[in-house]
Amino acid sequence: MEIIFFYLVALVAVVSGFLVIRCQSPVNSALGLVNTFFCLAIFYVMLHAPFMAAVQVMVYAGAIMVLILFVIMLLNLGTEARKRYTHGIVWSSLASLLVLFNVIYFIKRGRVTGAEGDITTFMVESVGHTELIGKAMFTEFLLPFEIASVLLLVAIVGAVVLAKKQV
Amino acid sequence: MTPEMLSLSNSPGLFVGIMLLKLLVVFGVTMLIVAYATWCERKVIGHMQTRLGPMRTGWHGLLQPIADGLKLFFKEDIIPSESTKVPFLLAPMMILVPALITVAVIPFGPDLKFGNFIIPQQITDLNIGVLYILAFAGLGVYGIVLAGWASNSKYALLGGVRASAQMISYELAAGLSIIAIFMLSETLSLREIVAQQQLDLWGVCSFVPNWFVFTQPLAFCLFIVTGLAEINRTPFDMPEAESELVSGFCTEYSSMKYALFFMAEYANMIVISAIAATLFLGGWSAPLNIAILTMIPGFVWLLMKIFALMFFFMWLRATFPRVRYDQLMRMGWKVLLPLALANVVVTGLVVVVLQ
Repeated sequence: MEIIFFYLVALVAVVSGFLVIRCQSPVNSALGLVNTFFCLAIFYVMLHAPFMAAVQVMVYAGAIMVLILFVIMLLNLGTEARKRYTHGIVWSSLASLLVLFNVIYFIKRGRVTGAEGDITTFMVESVGHTELIGKAMFTEFLLPFEIASVLLLVAIVGAVVLAKKQV
Repeated sequence: MTPEMLSLSNSPGLFVGIMLLKLLVVFGVTMLIVAYATWCERKVIGHMQTRLGPMRTGWHGLLQPIADGLKLFFKEDIIPSESTKVPFLLAPMMILVPALITVAVIPFGPDLKFGNFIIPQQITDLNIGVLYILAFAGLGVYGIVLAGWASNSKYALLGGVRASAQMISYELAAGLSIIAIFMLSETLSLREIVAQQQLDLWGVCSFVPNWFVFTQPLAFCLFIVTGLAEINRTPFDMPEAESELVSGFCTEYSSMKYALFFMAEYANMIVISAIAATLFLGGWSAPLNIAILTMIPGFVWLLMKIFALMFFFMWLRATFPRVRYDQLMRMGWKVLLPLALANVVVTGLVVVVLQ
């Protein structure tokens, strides 16, 4: 049951990922990307990570893609005919084949040994996924969390400085 | 034998049957409210402006929603030749579906016992319920943006651009105002949040329930204001400002597609009222912990709270003029967002001190 569902969602994810790069209009590509993000959120739910799924939909599909769509609409890229690039096809397909080979190699090389560490499926279900992430973020990974927030602050200040004519 | 929660593993047939029943009932009730909210709004605004509102179809115009529906159903479905077809067709669905999906996590009554099983009166209890609502509220923007862009008309595009800017700005303040509720309830599940609001007020007053509106009045006001802006209702109906943008993002739409936008507006209104009622007004629980009031089934209280909030929204529409666009943006970023942030900080301090 679950494996059938997985393949169904995976098919949708791959097809919409394909549409992202093949659509003529940038708006349709953006919609394809939204769909891909949504499928990824479904995978998170299937992996017992509902918090990640909600954040995936909220941040990627709900916020970032809306901004991208906004920019595409304002620039009105949809109407102009795009040039077709052909000279890069050989190299890019070679590179992607190599990446595919890498992925398959590393997946095949790894050995699944079973659950390790304190965080097990049982614990996720009894304590709650959100609580576990919160605890980990504010105790064990506090420094990376703070560094990321400083980074975001710098980005916001930078955006304001760039957008403002006189500071 | 202690009763256990009905799930797909312990009784698949019954589970699927009950689930289908719950889905159909909730969907049916929501759609019925959507239909009659249009009638109600016209009546309420009519009487507030000393008019009668619809009177001709049926007793006091009671059949008006059906007449409207029939009329829109038989209208010609026009797709502008210069429009982008796929997004144009998808947009009305993309605005209605997120609105209806959100209803799934709203609890509408206490658990029922059925044989050996406990059946929750809620379609599904997610342990990230509130985040789920926020996530789908964020997806609602796509419908409006795409409708505006795909119509290939300047009024529609301006409406869509305005809508997306407005919804992105107000989503932040709405999310932050709800965070204060999490900090008090320490859970994201709507079921648990309602259960906590049935306790005594601040642990002392035995017959008044512990509704979060008493402890978080500022968050409640912020949520109502930002919620109104999220669903593009007056005084924040910038995206479809008739006087300047014809009809905004749905200018080029006709027939059932236009009706879908209309339905989505009212469905969103129901959803925002239901969320506000669940998070701040105790959900399905009675307003006083008195035996006579708690005897009345939960869904009656929930519907009464939803209707009261919807009446309030209609009242606002009849009272206030539309705000200007720059005022709207200034208010969202410079007033509501700092207030919501301050509310989070103060709530955090109080929670720490009380511990």
